Amino acid sequence: MEDKVVSPEKVEEAKLKARYPHLGSKPGGSDLLRKRLQKGQKYFDSGDYNMAKAKMKNKQLPTATTEKAEVTGDHIPTPQDLPQRKPSLVASKLAG
Amino acid sequence: LSTADIISTVEFNYSGDLLATGDKGGRVVIFQREQESKNRPHSRGEYNVYSTFQSHEPEFDYLKSLEIEEKINKIRWLPQQNAAHSLLSTNDKTIKLWKISERDKKAEGYNLKEEDGRLRDPFRITSLRVPVLQPMDLMVEASPRRIFANAHTYHINSISVNSDHETYLSADDLRINLWHLEITDRSFNIVDIKPANMEELTEVITAAECHPNQCNVFVYSSSKGTIRLCDMRAAALCDRHTKFFEEPEDPSSRSFFSEIISSISDVKFSHSGRYMMTRDYLSVKVWDLNMESRPVETYQVHEYLRSKLCSLYENDCIFDKFECCWNGTDSAIMTGSYNNFFRMFDRNTRRDITLEASRESSKPRGILKPRKVCTGGKRKKDEISVDSLDFNKKILHTAWHPKENVIAVAATNNLYIFQDKMN
Repeated sequence: MEDKVVSPEKVEEAKLKARYPHLGSKPGGSDLLRKRLQKGQKYFDSGDYNMAKAKMKNKQLPTATTEKAEVTGDHIPTPQDLPQRKPSLVASKLAG
Repeated sequence: LSTADIISTVEFNYSGDLLATGDKGGRVVIFQREQESKNRPHSRGEYNVYSTFQSHEPEFDYLKSLEIEEKINKIRWLPQQNAAHSLLSTNDKTIKLWKISERDKKAEGYNLKEEDGRLRDPFRITSLRVPVLQPMDLMVEASPRRIFANAHTYHINSISVNSDHETYLSADDLRINLWHLEITDRSFNIVDIKPANMEELTEVITAAECHPNQCNVFVYSSSKGTIRLCDMRAAALCDRHTKFFEEPEDPSSRSFFSEIISSISDVKFSHSGRYMMTRDYLSVKVWDLNMESRPVETYQVHEYLRSKLCSLYENDCIFDKFECCWNGTDSAIMTGSYNNFFRMFDRNTRRDITLEASRESSKPRGILKPRKVCTGGKRKKDEISVDSLDFNKKILHTAWHPKENVIAVAATNNLYIFQDKMN
């Protein structure tokens, strides 16, 4: 007799595979874990930096920066982009 | 909503009189319980702000191009040895020992300086006086006494004070170190699961804790849903466990999500030391340390989410790390969920309750109303359907007073303290 009951998890898995057909079959494997280990990595590439600086002479670069985006390519990284934020002087709202 | 205000850890001290919170902005706020007195009979042991200080600052490791968040991952109190209180607070890379002391007297009448600090001209001093201690308004000062740095390549997820009150452990994704509280330039590596080839990495350490009364025993949990108990007397490097706890899985029910939702986000010993509790994405399990083959109790936190795993994977919620805690007598356990809901389970009666920590549902001195999630079919009045749950309102951190039925629940940037009456 055919078992027609499919677990909710398997239904969800089918949904996910339908949306992302290139998803690997080893979800908990090294890719996911290595992404976790690399949290916080922000790269500075001097080659990109110099090329972008050369391009800047030709066009105006947007001044708005995205904080968490990888700082490479057209965007010239500046010390402000690196998260050397000022220490928090605002008191925690819990203490208010 | 300022993200710096998001509470990232909550912890009562050993007596329960102090409650510490850490936030994403690297600050620590300590609350103190008011002593009940005749003057204020209605205060009923309220918690008020006692001290607040900046524990960690954001840093950038230029050598590794690594941004180091100032977010406080964990706070653990040290047992009180004198009038001052001490705690350990950690971010991803550095652990700090803070001493919090009170000052209610100051010396006045110095000979060589004025009250405002200006130096007195020595030639003008014609008489000698003895400084006296005068009462002053209570000042609570926090000072960093030890900085335990540069011992973790990966991100610290746990710290735990040993029952010997001399050492503590710190765990990151791949390694666990043992420190002496007095020594900051050295630590012993006691667990190292880093593979020689990082391509072969299959699991990481997710939490670790020292046994509450056996100072040679500790446990650590993994992203694969296993717990290893180690005995430090067995070897200097505890890569080989003494006990290995894993619940057998039915291979036919395995799915893409199985390993992810089995990842243990928190492990806590019972106060008795006989049991330990683990939290994975959908459930809380209680293990008897004498039985490695399976947990003795399993509690479903929000089983209705099993049919939402696809969207929870897409919005990353499936990786949320919920904590769990025991009450003082180990008869009840508590953990958080979404929509500002938190769950409590009574181990003896097997009753469970869902409560909400939000402004709308909590009035000062009001009684919390139990909440219920409707999983299908007709939704009753007062029930909330799974699709209406707010997954941005996560309760990841909760704490239970070590002796009384007082609980602290962190709902994003708000802290709720409930004095709960359990029958």
